[in-house]
Amino acid sequence: MKELKLLKGNEAIAEGAIRAGADAYFGYPITPQSEVMEYLMAERPEQRTGMVVLQAESEVAVINMVYGAAGTGKKVLTSSSSPGISLMQEGISYIAGAELPCVIVNVVRGGPGLGTIQPSQADYFQTTKGGGHGDYRLITIAPASVQEMFDFVDLGFELAFKYRNPVMILSDGLIGQMMEKVELSEQKPRATEFDQSWVTTGKSPDREHNVITSLDLDASRQEAHNIHLQAKYRMVEENEVRYEELQTGDAEYLFVAYGSSSRICQKAMELARKKGLKVGLLRLISLFPFPKAIIRELAGRVKAMMCVEQSAGQMVEDVRLAAGCKIKIEHFGRMGGMIPIPEEVLEALEQNIIGE
Amino acid sequence: MAKVRGAIVVDVEHCKGCEICMVTCPDQVIGMATEVNGKGYHYAYMENPEQCTGCVNCAIVCPDGVITVYKVKLKPENEKTI
Amino acid sequence: MDIQDIIKPENLVYKKTDLMLDKVLSYCPGCGHGTAHRLLMEVIDELGIQEDTIGVAPVGCSVLAYDFMNVDMQGAAHGRAPAVATGIKRCWPDKYVFTYQGDGDLAAIGTAETIHACNRGENITIIFINNGIYGMTGGQMAPTTLEGMRTSTCPYGRDVKSMGYPIKMTELVAQLPGTYFVTRHSVHTARAVRRTKKAMLKAFEVQKEKKGLSFIEIVSNCNSGWKMTPVKSNEWMEENMFPFFELGDIKVDGKLVKKKSDK
Repeated sequence: MKELKLLKGNEAIAEGAIRAGADAYFGYPITPQSEVMEYLMAERPEQRTGMVVLQAESEVAVINMVYGAAGTGKKVLTSSSSPGISLMQEGISYIAGAELPCVIVNVVRGGPGLGTIQPSQADYFQTTKGGGHGDYRLITIAPASVQEMFDFVDLGFELAFKYRNPVMILSDGLIGQMMEKVELSEQKPRATEFDQSWVTTGKSPDREHNVITSLDLDASRQEAHNIHLQAKYRMVEENEVRYEELQTGDAEYLFVAYGSSSRICQKAMELARKKGLKVGLLRLISLFPFPKAIIRELAGRVKAMMCVEQSAGQMVEDVRLAAGCKIKIEHFGRMGGMIPIPEEVLEALEQNIIGE
Repeated sequence: MAKVRGAIVVDVEHCKGCEICMVTCPDQVIGMATEVNGKGYHYAYMENPEQCTGCVNCAIVCPDGVITVYKVKLKPENEKTI
Repeated sequence: MDIQDIIKPENLVYKKTDLMLDKVLSYCPGCGHGTAHRLLMEVIDELGIQEDTIGVAPVGCSVLAYDFMNVDMQGAAHGRAPAVATGIKRCWPDKYVFTYQGDGDLAAIGTAETIHACNRGENITIIFINNGIYGMTGGQMAPTTLEGMRTSTCPYGRDVKSMGYPIKMTELVAQLPGTYFVTRHSVHTARAVRRTKKAMLKAFEVQKEKKGLSFIEIVSNCNSGWKMTPVKSNEWMEENMFPFFELGDIKVDGKLVKKKSDK
C-alpha cells in the first residue's frame, strides 16, 4: 500500500529528513524555505524518531552546529536560501576541509544581496565553483519535483557518508513552494552504518584521541591533504553523475536545464514537438559532478543547445566547456525572481537558436 | 610532630624559564640555572633543596607542567641525619 | 637525607596528568594557557570522564589545544565554538562538552554564539581565557583590552570614545537565565590555581546534573603581547586587570551573587 501525501517542496525536504533517519536539523528562518523548519517543529520528530530540531540565532551558528554534530558521526542537515547560504560559506569550507558528512539545502531566491523572495538559479557558481574559500567541491544534486525533494535527502546522506563530504541539494523557490503528491518511503533507522574510527564521541582506551579540524600549519601535510581531497572528487566525478534524457534520441536541438527550469523546458519541448521541431531535453541532476560525458556525446549529434537557467547564465559556461565549444550553445533565462513561461522559452529557442 | 622533606624534579628540556615557580615557592627553594637547556632557556632547579617541603605549589602553577614533586614524612629519628 | 631517597615512586605527590599529551606546549613561557589546559585535563582525569568528553578548540593562541589535550576534540571556526558545542551536545546529551576560548573568539567575533548558547542554557562548560589582547595574531586590541592599555592596534592606549569600552562578558552572560554557574578566576598563584580547579570540578558537576551552562572566565597574562617578563606580567595583571575584572563567583546555583560593593 503506497503512502501518498500532498506536500510542498519544503515540507517534502522535512519529511524526507525524518524518514531518512536524520539525527538533527539546525535552521534559521528565511523565505522561501522557512516551511522546512516549521514543518519539523510541528511534526515533533523527537517524538517520532528522537531527531533534534533547533532554531539557531543565525545561519553562521547553524552551519557550525552542523559541523559539531557531523563531527560526531550524526546525520545532520540544514536548509536555507541564498543570503543565508552566503553566511554559511565559511562553515561549509571548514566542513569540507575536515571531511564531514552533512546535507545542506539551498532553496534559491533572486539576488544579489537581499534580492527578492521569488525563485532563481543564480547560485550555481556559488555552489559549484566556489562559495567558500579553498580547493573543495560540494557534491550537488538538483531536484526538479517535490518527489525528488523528498528522495534526495536520503540520497544526499548516502553520498555525504560515502565520501565524507558536504552535499548540497540545490533547489529553488518554485520547487520549494509548489505542491505535488509524494510517495513516502518507509522510516529508516537513525543509526548509520559507516566507519566510525574518526568520530569525536569520547576517547576510549582502544584508540588515540580523535581530532576534527581543517587546520594544518605544515604546508607539505596540508598539500597532501588537498591531494587526498582532489582524489576523492575525482572518484565522485567517476561514480556519481546523474541526469535524465527526454526525447534526445532524434533531437536536433537540445534544452539543457536543471530544477524548475527543466520542468518549464519540458513543456516548451512538448510545444516545440507539436510544431514539428525535433527538440530534446537534457535534465541535469548532478551539478557536481557535472555530466560532461553526455553533453559531449550530445554535442556531436545536435545542431545547437539552449541552456535555460534563471540567471544571467552560469551553468551555460560548463555546458560549453563540456561540449568543447563545437556547436552553438546559448543561454536563456530571466533574472531577479522572474520565471520564464514555456512559450517564452520556445520563442527564444526559435529566434536565438534555430532561426538566424 | 613529624616533619616533611620534599624534592622536585624539573623536566629541564621542557622548562621555559618563566620563573613563576621561583616566585611562587614559599620556601625559596627554586632558582634559575646559569646554564641553558636545548632551547636556550635558563631552567628551574632546586637551589636550596633542604628547604623543600613538597607543598606542590610550584608544580601546580607551572604553565608547562614540567615539575614533579616527591615528599617523605620524616620519622623523628631521621631528622638528625639531615 | 639524600635527595635520591626522596625521589622514589612511592613518594610521588604530584605529577602532570596523563591527559596532557607529552608535547611541548606552543605557548610562550609563563602563559596562563598552559596552566589552564593542565587544570582542565586534571579535572577530567579525576572525574574519570575522558571517554565521555568532547572539547571544542577556538581560533587564537590555543588553536592547537587539541594537540595537547588527550580528549576527542573539534577545532571550531573563529568564535563559533559555542555553536559547535551545541551541535555536539544536542546530539549527545549525556556526554561532557566544553569549549575553550580566548577573548577575541568569545567576545568579538563569537559574541552572538556565546550569548545564544548561554541564552538557550546549553548544558556545556565554557572556559574563557581573558588576557585583554589578541596574542596569536601579534598583540592587537581585544574587546577586553583595558582603557588606556597599549596594543599594536591602539599603540597610544585604548581610547574608549572611538574604540569602545572593555566588555565584561561574564557579568553579561550571568544575566541570562540559561547560565547556572558563572565565575571568574585566575591561575597565576598556587591559591588561584586551587580555586580555579574547584570551579572546573563544579562546572562539570553542573553539566552532569543538566542544570544549565557553566561559564568560567580565567583572567590571564600575555607577557609577549604586554611586553613584560612572565613574573612582571602577573604582577601587572593583579594591579590592573583584577580591579576591573573582579575575581569571584558571579552566579551560583542559578542565582546572582550579591557583591559587597552592591548597595
